[in-house]
Amino acid sequence: MVIANEFDYRRPDTLGEAIQILSEASGSVRILAGGTDVVAWLRDDVIAPDLVVDIKDVPGLHDLTFEDGTLHIGSLVTFTELIESDVIAEHAPLLAEMAGTVASPGIRNRATMVGNICSAVPSCDAGPVLLAYNATVHLAGPSGERTVEMSDWFTGLRRTARTDDEVVTHLTIDPGRHGGVYVKLMRYAGEDLAQASVGIVVSADHDYRIAFGAVAPTPIRSSRIEELLRGKTLDEALIGEAVAMVSGEISPITDIRASAEYRTHMTEVMLKRGLVAATERLEGTGPAYGTRLV
Amino acid sequence: MDLKIKINGEDWTLDVAPADTLLDVLRERVGTKSPKIGCERGDCGSCTVLIDGRSVRSCLVLAVEADGHEITTVEGISYDGLSALQTLFLENNSFQCGFCTPGIVLSATELLEQNPNPTRHDVQEALAGNLCRCTGYEPIIDAVLAAGDGGSE
Repeated sequence: MVIANEFDYRRPDTLGEAIQILSEASGSVRILAGGTDVVAWLRDDVIAPDLVVDIKDVPGLHDLTFEDGTLHIGSLVTFTELIESDVIAEHAPLLAEMAGTVASPGIRNRATMVGNICSAVPSCDAGPVLLAYNATVHLAGPSGERTVEMSDWFTGLRRTARTDDEVVTHLTIDPGRHGGVYVKLMRYAGEDLAQASVGIVVSADHDYRIAFGAVAPTPIRSSRIEELLRGKTLDEALIGEAVAMVSGEISPITDIRASAEYRTHMTEVMLKRGLVAATERLEGTGPAYGTRLV
Repeated sequence: MDLKIKINGEDWTLDVAPADTLLDVLRERVGTKSPKIGCERGDCGSCTVLIDGRSVRSCLVLAVEADGHEITTVEGISYDGLSALQTLFLENNSFQCGFCTPGIVLSATELLEQNPNPTRHDVQEALAGNLCRCTGYEPIIDAVLAAGDGGSE
């Protein structure tokens, strides 16, 4: 089956040119990075843009650096690059743990983490982890640059705070000393979308940031559970209190991949195991990053 | 649009439409038939090719995106006869209908390039996105393991 929709294709050489093309476009526009969502959606007629703007030649968007305590991840950094990066392994191994659960190597070699949160499907793997990291999204548009906190990024099903004439240039994260975990429930080991997922980051002063994927129209953070745990050392009773709050925080649906009841139950299980693993990892113990907990 | 790519070591210049996928161009314009049309949504791995040595789903790549890059298919890696891995596929009966085999050979070729001595788990992970409906996978995994440093080769 071919792509029925006809569109123009541009591949700008600079960020300025990309923004100009986006802001001058008359019809609907789609930005193309890795293409693993965009090309699939083109083929399925989910999207039918007049213009596709391929940003892969824009310089600077591939950067992956750590300076002065801040991790800078360019919007063209792929999941494979996260897995293979020494910088990520040292400062934010949780990102590699998450990236390792995304689809398969042939997808991870193309798909970018920023593209994942721009597609903004409820089950996107990067969503819960970037929410838990409190990442900042950096955008460039015709009126200059601006930032959006991850907590304000997802605005609805497949919708984000990005406007049509903006390009995400990079993400920044201040990881500090932390323990983290990404727990992803799939129908089988191997390649699948999340049926439900949990991302947790625990800071050295026991500030817990907790996010859920695939159990609401967007990945969501749970400020109520975070509030309950803030500054406290976990014990069985406290974890039990947190787990009891899960069903009030999420709004899963029943679909071909799982029932709402199963998603809720497993989110509780994953939160419990995730909290234990994240706090152990903060202390340098616990299961190695990449170990599957469900 | 003008597309200049290297396919299995040969330079090609082609006029393609933006909506043409790399898979369609390889099969219909270049005549390279080893990448197969399977699910056409990135799930089955039968269209796998290497771009600059890394595996991609050619059904999810627009041909114009490959401009300036180097594509390798099974035809390319067996140009001078079967690779060691391909020979081990024969010895281990690692395929029946063969539809998935080109994609699996390329995924495994990439794995062995990145990790010359993979464990069984590494092989399973690397091939998780390549579906095979005939073999039950075990003979495939055995062949890839044998091709690693720890194997019989």
